[in-house]
Amino acid sequence: MIKDYFRISFSAFKSRKLRTGLTLLGVFIGIALLITLMSLGSGLQKFITDQFEQMGSDKLMIMPGSSMFGAPVEGIELTKKDLEIIERTQGIEAVTGAVIKIGAVTYKEETTYTWTLGTPMDTKSWAIFESMSSAFKVEKGRKITDKDTSKVNIGIDVATDKKLFDKGVSLGDKIIIEGKEFEVVGIYGRIGNPQDDSQIYLPIDVARDLFDEPDKYDMIVAQSKTGEDPENVAEKVKKNLRKSRDVKEDEEDFTIQTSEQLLESFGTILAVIQAVLIGLATISLLVGGIGIANTMYTSILERTREIGVMKAIGAKTTDIASLFIIESGLIGLGAGLIGVTIGALISLGIQSAIHLAGYTMLNVNLSLSLLLGGLAFAFVFGIVSGLIPAIKASKMNPVDSLRYE
Amino acid sequence: MKQTVIKLKDVWKVYSLEGTQVEALRGIDLDFNKGDFVSIIGPSGSGKSTLMHLIGCLDLPTKGQIFLNNHDIAKMSENRLAQVRGKTIGFVFQAFNLIPTLNAIENVSLPMIFQGIPKDEREDKAIMLLNQVGLGKRMHHKPSELSGGEKQRVAIARALSNDPDIILADEPTGNLDSKTGQTIMDLIVGLHKNYGKTIINVTHDPYIAKFADKIVRIVDGKITKNHNTEKQSLWEGSLNGGSKK
Repeated sequence: MIKDYFRISFSAFKSRKLRTGLTLLGVFIGIALLITLMSLGSGLQKFITDQFEQMGSDKLMIMPGSSMFGAPVEGIELTKKDLEIIERTQGIEAVTGAVIKIGAVTYKEETTYTWTLGTPMDTKSWAIFESMSSAFKVEKGRKITDKDTSKVNIGIDVATDKKLFDKGVSLGDKIIIEGKEFEVVGIYGRIGNPQDDSQIYLPIDVARDLFDEPDKYDMIVAQSKTGEDPENVAEKVKKNLRKSRDVKEDEEDFTIQTSEQLLESFGTILAVIQAVLIGLATISLLVGGIGIANTMYTSILERTREIGVMKAIGAKTTDIASLFIIESGLIGLGAGLIGVTIGALISLGIQSAIHLAGYTMLNVNLSLSLLLGGLAFAFVFGIVSGLIPAIKASKMNPVDSLRYE
Repeated sequence: MKQTVIKLKDVWKVYSLEGTQVEALRGIDLDFNKGDFVSIIGPSGSGKSTLMHLIGCLDLPTKGQIFLNNHDIAKMSENRLAQVRGKTIGFVFQAFNLIPTLNAIENVSLPMIFQGIPKDEREDKAIMLLNQVGLGKRMHHKPSELSGGEKQRVAIARALSNDPDIILADEPTGNLDSKTGQTIMDLIVGLHKNYGKTIINVTHDPYIAKFADKIVRIVDGKITKNHNTEKQSLWEGSLNGGSKK
């Protein structure tokens, strides 16, 4: 029975190719958008989750300013004193800080600007950074120590041709940072995000001299002791810092976030962005749905006589309704097939672009369930869009329908 | 005693057109017995189309009752009525009314789909019927590829597909030239003669009407004459030359 309806509905399309095609166009754009956004969104989510999982839940990030995402405010900064206070807080295992600057770097007469990271290079301090990403590993040469006052490590992109420099920097080469000459003694493996990969790594004291920044930290990372609740430790650090910096509760000029909190805030931002984009896709789908309904109304009007004939030769209201519902469902399914394909292609295109930009860790998430779900959704969407027209058709009076010219 | 297949009892049909009441049918009493061949004749506007729709159970009377095989059609649900109609009455229309997107076999199969008959059985039956009406070689053609006479043959095959007792033809030759019309009438007469079908033929053409055993004349929504004919010979007279008196 149902198979026959599908066949009859399908034969109806063949004579209305253009109109069916235009209706499909209206719907598949929405479906494609939805597939792209969802695969991208869940890929991004996975990327962020992975990042923080690597970072470990025992880390605390302390930054100047009242909000993580706010612009840095002149005069508000973290200092060596703050680091000491954090270090002395109960429940803290280890702490390290970093001076992060953009510096002028010259190699073979070519000058460019890139990130430099100055941080204590002793084993205990570096271990905190190292544990934040398994990719933080020197692949060629050796890691610098605090004693290396004129030696640096570089990210992979600094050593790659046509990235920072026309010709990539090699092991043993000399580069000039802010007017001072350094020897490259180690090159990191690919970390997967462009800032880290194009970064130059220096001992913190060298960086302090270079950038004339004797006391300031741009970021402090602390590790809580095993068995301590990082949230609890964070509260204690917060209290101590408040006291030493002389600020009231809820008026802090610094921010402490545990990796859990970071994950949450990123998740919230991501969810908001996704909601907005999916909202847009939904509007586009709604317009497409109205298109289906419109096409179905036209189709039903055109076939009023046919409906009358079918009723005369024994079609029940349910038969007529089924025929038209299947027809609109097929429009939806057709749009779904095209939309899912195009959406997946766009996602893959975006993924290549992201990889090209250096974020090789970020992959879109095109799961089979997303693709099949998209198809099923499109079919159901078509059915729902055609429901009212189909019910209208099924309730037509056979005599009036037969008289219709 | 003959079995009554359709019975109309004091049937009125009143339409409301822009506020004025139009009495299309005014108290029709009619019985159709199994095996009858009846022509309903009347000028346009006489109410014969309305009567045809009521006999075909496509509509319900404003007043009075219609019985299909002794069942009051007003008491059946819409879906039940559709089912019974599809099984009991085969329609042949003036404008053929085939589904343009389906080929001849599919058109003939359509009423069987609505009766839930399995595909194989449906197709065999459709092929058999199309052969019977002389369209064995054009079964896979769509209506747009068929001539008027061929379309009407497909329509007749479709009307026969559920083995109905009654064939209700509404001006079956109205859109055809006289020669083709004659062959279509031959087919319809054959259904009566060879298969004992009850034929109800609505027409305005007195010549076509005389193929029947009985003529019902309707004027202004009332039956004015209900008489037996001396049956129109298939071989005498001509469609253009008017009727044989």
